Amino acid sequence: MSRFLSSSIGRKVVMALTGFFLITFLIVHLGINLSLFWGPEAFNEASEFMATNGVIQVMQYVLAAGFIMHIILGVKLELQNRSSRGVKYAVNKPSENSSFSSRNMIVTGIIVLLFLILHLKDFFVELKFFDKGGFSTDYDLVTALFKNPVYTAIYVIAFILLGIHLSHGFQSAFQSTGANYNKYKRCLKNTGIAFSILIAVGFSAIALYFSFIN
Amino acid sequence: MDFTLKIWRQEDANAQGSMKEYKVTDIDSDTSFLETLDVLNQQLVEKNEDVISFDNDCREGVCGTCSLYINGEAHGPKKLVTTCQLYMRSFKDGQTIYIEPFRAKSFPIVKDLVVDRSAFDRIQQSGGYTSFDTGGAVDANAILIPKEDAADAFDAAECIGCGACVATCKNSSAMLYVSAKVSQFAYLPQGRVEATERVMNMVNQMDAEGFGNCTNTGACEVECPKGISLENIARLNREFLKATLVPK
Repeated sequence: MSRFLSSSIGRKVVMALTGFFLITFLIVHLGINLSLFWGPEAFNEASEFMATNGVIQVMQYVLAAGFIMHIILGVKLELQNRSSRGVKYAVNKPSENSSFSSRNMIVTGIIVLLFLILHLKDFFVELKFFDKGGFSTDYDLVTALFKNPVYTAIYVIAFILLGIHLSHGFQSAFQSTGANYNKYKRCLKNTGIAFSILIAVGFSAIALYFSFIN
Repeated sequence: MDFTLKIWRQEDANAQGSMKEYKVTDIDSDTSFLETLDVLNQQLVEKNEDVISFDNDCREGVCGTCSLYINGEAHGPKKLVTTCQLYMRSFKDGQTIYIEPFRAKSFPIVKDLVVDRSAFDRIQQSGGYTSFDTGGAVDANAILIPKEDAADAFDAAECIGCGACVATCKNSSAMLYVSAKVSQFAYLPQGRVEATERVMNMVNQMDAEGFGNCTNTGACEVECPKGISLENIARLNREFLKATLVPK
């Protein structure tokens, strides 16, 4: 096991597994958020469930650990990768052979991390430690935030970057765990892109709806 | 055809290198890229200047000796060819062509465009073989191998070890090379005997040589002159997972 974790492949597998876990989290999170469209009652009920359910309470810590592992290992691997080239090419055409999303995982990842910190401050900290930030219900806190167009813009940009991150991350996780076969390659790639669009559009739709329509 | 060549010149491993400009004129469009460098070197000899060092051997795309990062791509702009199979008709008359060595810390420069790729040899020596008893010749088809497995093994065995994957990868990762060398045996019964040690030793050696980590950008597959598939990397990952996590 120690040989596994100290190897380049082992570390990539950990990146992939934590990635899969965070993907699952995103699906749950989007599912809960979509209840906003069903009105205050539905969302407050879903929110109450998330705040009190025992399994979810335990999973919160597992999720935090998953995030931390994914971030620390991602940065560590990136630093290692950067130092392995030495002298840079005078002329290089990476766009000839690879996608923008695959080459910029660290950039999209760090911006999403910065967004995550802001997002935790906006909601998690307010709900958990500051009694809903002065609002009477969770629904009010969420909808009030998106009345600020600057916040809505920040959120939508972050969701688009998250989508770009996922469009490579999804298929990459299958490749790293050895679950990619030529037979399924196209299917996995397309599923990954569809999933990224779903996440980016799904979360953005909520922000935009409460910013402009509701 | 006339060309302006900007070529990386470096005296030795420890010297500071730089791009130097050269002109070649009246080159036939069917001249190969390496022959164009030969023409340039002939001019340098006549001027009593130091010739440009570059690796080459078979000049027919099978030995994996030639390298070069040409205008931002390993083995130049054409896909599925090595530099020796690249012809000047692939360029425009009057074009400026940048010629750099394959760059990776694990491929230190020896001189000019020549890099030391012995890291690949050490990886290969650590496990890229099968052991056989000597003796009378065994019948060629004594062990049955499914056609698909034989074809996959053969595809992987096409790797000529040129290092274009490392040169192209933004992380200078050697995963495509190692995956081809592991895959060529992974499906064959003769290769299964030492499969566990092979993948462990080769991955350990790859890491020890200081190559970067694979981030699945797929650039290696696109630039590989032999079209080695990324599926080999997935297979390498499976073989490694099996070797490290599945108890014997």
